[in-house]
Amino acid sequence: MQVIQQVLFAAALIVSAVIITRRVKYIAQAINLGRPEDRSDNPGERFKIMLLVAFGQKKMFTNLTVALMHLVIYVGFVIINVEIVEIILDGLLGTHRLFAPYIAPVYPYLINFFEILAFGVLAVCVVFLSRRYITRVNRLQAATNEELRPRWPLLDATLILVFEIVLMIAFLSWNASDSVLRDRGVGHYGELKGVVPDFLISQYLKPLFTGLSDGALVGVERATWWFHILGILFFAGYVTYSKHLHIGLAFPNVYFSDLVPKGEMKNMPSITREVQLALGIEPTGGEPVAADGTQANENGAQPSDIGRFGAKDVPDLSWVDIMGALSCTQCGRCTAACPANITGKKLSPRKIMMDTRWRAEEITTNRQKHGNDYDDGKSLLGDYTTVEEINACTTCQACVNACPVNINPLNIILQMRRFKVMEDAQAPASWNAMFSNVENNMAPWKFSPSDRFNWAEQVNEK
Amino acid sequence: MTTEKTYSVPTMAEMMANGDTPDILFWVGCAGSFDDRYKRVTIAFVRILNHVGIKFAVLGPEEACTGDPARRAGNEFLFQMQAMANIQVLNGYNVKKIVTACPHCFNTLKNEYPDLGGEYEVIHHSQFLQQLINEGRVKVQDGQPFKGRKITYHDSCYLGRANKIYEAPREVLEALDADLVEMKRVKANGLCCGAGGAQYFKEPEPGKKDVNVERAQEALATGADTIAVACPFCMTMMSDGVKNQNREDTVKVYDISELIAQGQGL
Repeated sequence: MQVIQQVLFAAALIVSAVIITRRVKYIAQAINLGRPEDRSDNPGERFKIMLLVAFGQKKMFTNLTVALMHLVIYVGFVIINVEIVEIILDGLLGTHRLFAPYIAPVYPYLINFFEILAFGVLAVCVVFLSRRYITRVNRLQAATNEELRPRWPLLDATLILVFEIVLMIAFLSWNASDSVLRDRGVGHYGELKGVVPDFLISQYLKPLFTGLSDGALVGVERATWWFHILGILFFAGYVTYSKHLHIGLAFPNVYFSDLVPKGEMKNMPSITREVQLALGIEPTGGEPVAADGTQANENGAQPSDIGRFGAKDVPDLSWVDIMGALSCTQCGRCTAACPANITGKKLSPRKIMMDTRWRAEEITTNRQKHGNDYDDGKSLLGDYTTVEEINACTTCQACVNACPVNINPLNIILQMRRFKVMEDAQAPASWNAMFSNVENNMAPWKFSPSDRFNWAEQVNEK
Repeated sequence: MTTEKTYSVPTMAEMMANGDTPDILFWVGCAGSFDDRYKRVTIAFVRILNHVGIKFAVLGPEEACTGDPARRAGNEFLFQMQAMANIQVLNGYNVKKIVTACPHCFNTLKNEYPDLGGEYEVIHHSQFLQQLINEGRVKVQDGQPFKGRKITYHDSCYLGRANKIYEAPREVLEALDADLVEMKRVKANGLCCGAGGAQYFKEPEPGKKDVNVERAQEALATGADTIAVACPFCMTMMSDGVKNQNREDTVKVYDISELIAQGQGL
C-alpha cells in the first residue's frame, strides 16, 4: 500500500515536471518572439532594483494596508514552500514528517510559523475576494474596465484566490487530523508522540476530527495530505497559464527594467543613419542598421530581416515588452493612474499589456502548431489594440510609475504610434499639420521662422 | 523713482561676432517664442537673468523645434531631422550648458540628444531659479505681494515623473513666502494636464471629460488663488481648465519665473 502511494507520488511529480518544463519553454519562446535588446548593462544597479522592487515590494507600499496584505501572501508563499520540501521527500520515501526527529527542538516552531503564515494567507485571500466582490474596488471591476469583461481575467483572479484558500485549509486540516492520530498513537503516526506537539493553529481544528474512527481519520489525513500536494503541483502548472505568472516573472522583469529616465524615448539607429545621409553628415553608426536595430554582419551583408519601423505586431516589440506582458498580474494600478482612462477615453495601459500577452500567446501557439512562418493575418494593432487607444495617450508615464513590477506600457504605445505614422502613414489630420509646421516652419505652429525672435522686442515693454 | 532699467537679449551670433561666449544658453522653445501667453514667461525669465547679471545668450532665429511633439506622435524621421539640425547649430557654437523654461525641450535636450551627438549640461529654469535663490542672488523683497496667499503647484510630467524634479519648483515657490497648498495627486502621482504626447496638437479622443478640466477642478479644490506651473503646455491647459470652471477672474495661472519676477518688482 505504502509502495503504491510512493509510485503514484513519483508519477505525479514527473507529470507535473514535464508539464511545467513544456510551459517554461513555451513562455521562453513567447518572450523570444521579440526583437533583441541589450539589457546586460549595470548588473549591480539592476540587482539592487530587483532587491528593492521585486523582493522588497517597494512600489506596493504606496498603499500600506494592501502592501502588508500582499506581503503576507508573498512571504507565506515563499516560506511555506520550505515545508513542501519535507512533504515531497515524505511522498517519495514513504516517510512521515521526515525532518521531525532530526530537528526535534525547532520542528514545532517551524510548523507553527508555517501555520501562522498559512492562516494569514487564508485570511488575506478572503479579504482580497471581498475587495473584488463586496467592497468592489474600482480597478478590479468589469463594469468599469473593458479589458476585464471577457470571462477569463476575472475567473482567473477568483480561481487563484479560491485555490490558495483551499490549499491552506487542506494544509491546516492535514496537521489537525495528523495531531489527532498522533494523540491516539495510531500506527506510525504514534511514533512522533512526545516528539511533535500540537500546532498553533491546527489544534483548534482537532475537535472537527475527534469524532472519527481511526480508519476514517487516516483516510482524512491521507486525503488532505494528497489534496494539498497535488493541489500545489496543479497550481504550479496553472500559474503558467494565469496572470499569477507574476510570482516568477516579476523578478527578471524588474531586473531587466528601464534604467533611463522615464521621459526618454528609445532611439532608432536605423533612422539616425538615414537622417545623417539626408543631411550630408558622415554616418556615426558605421555599418547599416536594420529597423529592428540589428547590425549588418562582418561581410557587409545587409541584415536578413529589414523589419519595420515601430510595432504593428508582437514580434516588432522588444523581448522586454513581451516579458512585461507575461509579468502583468492585471492589478490595474496603471489604468487607475492613467489620465486618459480617468477621463473616459478608451485607453487602458492594463489592456495594452493584456492585449500584448494574448497576442504573444496566440502567435506562440500558432508557431508550435503550424511552424514559424505561419501568418494568421492578424496583428496586435488592429485586432487587439485600436488606434483610438494609442492616440489617447498623453505619454505622462503615470502607468510606468504606478506598476509595482516596473512594466512599461508606454513603450508599447509609442512603438505602435511609430508604426502608424511611419509605415502606415496614418495620423490624425491635425498631427499631420503639426508635422508639416515643424518641418517647414521649425515650430509646431504656422509661424514664420523669421518671427521667432520677435518676442525680444517686448522685453522692455511694461 | 529709479531710472528705468533696460533689459537686453544677446544672441549667440552676436556674442560670437564679438568674440565672446556666454556662460549659459537660454533655450526659449517654440511656445516661449510664439505663444502670446508664454512669451510673458520668456520675458520674465530674461528679466531675472538680466537682473542677476547672468551672462546668457539665446539662439534667436537659429533656434528650431526640438522635435519632441513629432517624436511622441510617432514621427521619428522628423524628430531626428530636427534634432540633428539643432545639434549642428549647438555644437557649432560650442554650447556646453543650456537652461530652458520648457520641460519637453528640457527632457529632449537632456535625455534624447546625447544619442544623436548632442551632449550638454541641461537644466530646467526651475532648477536655475532654485540655485539663484539658494545662492542668495535672488532675494524676495519684504512686503512682497505673495505673503500669506495660497499657491498650488501643478507638476509637469516631463519635469516630474520624467526627470524626478519635484522639489526645485516647490522651493522656488516657498521663497515667495506664500502658503503652498498641495493637490491630492502630486509629484510622482501628479495628474497630467492632458497636453503631453502631442495631445496638445490635436483634439482629445472621445471621452467623458477633458483631462485639463479634471486637473483644474483638483487645483481649484485647494482654495488657492494662484496655480503655479513650469511648462508652456500646462500653462495653456490649466488656464483653459480654470476658464471652463468660470474661475478665471479670481484664480490665475502663472509660471514660477513670473512669480519670482513679480516678487522682484521686475
